[in-house]
Amino acid sequence: MQKIKSFLLKNGPLLATVAIFILVYAIGAQLYPTMKKPQVFFNLFINNGSLLIISIGMTMTVIMGGIDLSVGAMIALTSVASAALLQKNADPVFVMVLMLLMGTALGFVMGCIIHYLKVEAFVVTLMGQFFARGMAYVINESSITIKNEFYNYLALTKINLPFFEKAYVYIPTLAGIVLLIFTFILLSSTRFGRTVYAIGNNEQSALLMGLPVARTKLIVYSFSGFCSALAGIVFSISLLSGYGGYGQSMEMDAIASVVIGGTALTGGTGTVLGTLFGVLINGIIVSILQFNGTLTSWWTRIGVGALTLIFIGIQSLFYVKKKD
Amino acid sequence: MKNNISPFTKFRQSRIFWPLVALLLIFIFDGIYAPGFFKLGILDGHLYGNLIDVINNGAPLVLVAIGMTMVIATGGVDLSVGAVIAISAAMGAVLINPAFGNELISNDILTQNVSRTPLGLIVLANLAAGTACGLWNGFLVSRAKIQPMVATLILMVAGRGIAQLITNGQIMTIYYTPYFFFGNGYILGLPVAVYIVLAVLGLAWLLVRKTSIGLFVESVGINAESTYYSGISEKNVKLLAYTFCGFCSAIAGLILSSYVHSADANNIGLNYELDGILSVVIGGTLMAGGRFSLLASVIGALVIRTFTITMYTVGIPANALLAAKAVLVLIVILLYSEQAHKIINAVFERKGRSKDAKN
Repeated sequence: MQKIKSFLLKNGPLLATVAIFILVYAIGAQLYPTMKKPQVFFNLFINNGSLLIISIGMTMTVIMGGIDLSVGAMIALTSVASAALLQKNADPVFVMVLMLLMGTALGFVMGCIIHYLKVEAFVVTLMGQFFARGMAYVINESSITIKNEFYNYLALTKINLPFFEKAYVYIPTLAGIVLLIFTFILLSSTRFGRTVYAIGNNEQSALLMGLPVARTKLIVYSFSGFCSALAGIVFSISLLSGYGGYGQSMEMDAIASVVIGGTALTGGTGTVLGTLFGVLINGIIVSILQFNGTLTSWWTRIGVGALTLIFIGIQSLFYVKKKD
Repeated sequence: MKNNISPFTKFRQSRIFWPLVALLLIFIFDGIYAPGFFKLGILDGHLYGNLIDVINNGAPLVLVAIGMTMVIATGGVDLSVGAVIAISAAMGAVLINPAFGNELISNDILTQNVSRTPLGLIVLANLAAGTACGLWNGFLVSRAKIQPMVATLILMVAGRGIAQLITNGQIMTIYYTPYFFFGNGYILGLPVAVYIVLAVLGLAWLLVRKTSIGLFVESVGINAESTYYSGISEKNVKLLAYTFCGFCSAIAGLILSSYVHSADANNIGLNYELDGILSVVIGGTLMAGGRFSLLASVIGALVIRTFTITMYTVGIPANALLAAKAVLVLIVILLYSEQAHKIINAVFERKGRSKDAKN
């Protein structure tokens, strides 16, 4: 009994997230029978591929007690920059590597400013956001189409899934899933992962324990930059274009997914697995709105905002109990 | 007092010195590269020119900066100002709209120069909507104990959704002339917006300097817990600061929507949160809270506005300006950051005694 109680307290927010996801999906399936098709479920991964990737990076940052508001703008910058380079007939693989390097470098610079100059993370990353979006518009004011064979191939090749009939995902969809598994292992069973949690709980004591705080922080912000660049690549593949207005307020969707996934914004607790379900909940709300057809897009925003608030409430409930 | 401080030293040490220097530098730049910048003329009985533009267009930002200063002084931040502006503007536009949202409206009904509600009520509704948003933020921060950034982020996202909900997803154009008074009217040759700003600034100044509220705000920003133990309700101080910020944003929304004759829920007041924070930071108020100066923030807002208009005059595209502004904020933050001072000092000291410097 005690074990069950402690298990519930430990994994409460995560379980609540999974339960809500199943509940919302069940309601949706009752209302719209077509939602029972497996492809609708896999569409969640296809449509939210880039959101999942930035949310993974965001999860790590938030667990460490930081935040990264620049991810949405980074998607825009990556998409425009890669589209502009591809227009000049650059090698697609080279472009991708360059974009990942750029994202990592920007994340690293922000991490340096946050850590060494002791400026608050959200101010620095807000600046990063405006910088990235501004640069995206400097590269090109309007939308650029990508006409590259390799990008087309990535965008249009379906991978049929083994156990489901007529169910498929696209190649870029796999990127998020691979990254999810990688990050899950990294956070749960490596020394680096434990350090991230330790810093999130108390940076001062992590430092006094002799943990490499500076290195870990820089790696985490660089990783977040890497994730947002990867998300930008996935985004530009799925739309086959680049534009400075892409990914508007996507950072908020990512933060909402992270919070709905049971990660506390105060840092120190949370899992990427929860974030996956957070992203799926986000996606299912949008799907239901699309199936409905009459509800309009602003209800998504209001709905996501309300859900975030509810989950912050649930979290504070659980953590208060934990302390007792 | 033996060592009398000269008025100049006093001025140099005051908070408005550095923002004024920044403003002066931009003006000097203008004087060299944009000669027509200072030209003032009289048209239709009122003044016009770039400088008037700065104060007229800058009025919403100045208002936001005043509210933001109070919030930042308590150690918080309000990211929802842009969304609150949108809500306030949407409220005004909907109340003016001569037809209800679900009615079939033809163009000639819509473009009539009439309002469904009296002007006073519209203004009141605008202000009430914004103040309610501020109250909500303050409630989340002070009572629900959510970090300010997250609490206001919720409204930042949901707010534009709410504004779209109010306007039914449309960009509403306003044809009611009396409403334009706030953004386009002139009294004694000066824009009405200037008088509104002066009134709000005066009110805020009286509030924080002639009562003890200013002191409370500063003490909450420096140490909320010890403020609580000294018998001051830090919760209510925070609540007041956020509500005031919502109130200021609401007036900004009123002026902005009246200036552009429309309410576009997605774009009105876009990026005002950045500009607001930037103004406060240029004004020398620390992001961590504590001492603040309203006048310095106002000058900070004017610096940004002048900077923006200068960039336009020189011919830099609006979108590239975002990147330039981000760099500007970063430099300012770094200049004010103690850590940067330490590093610079360390570098200079090391140069001085490079012999025994090991790393």
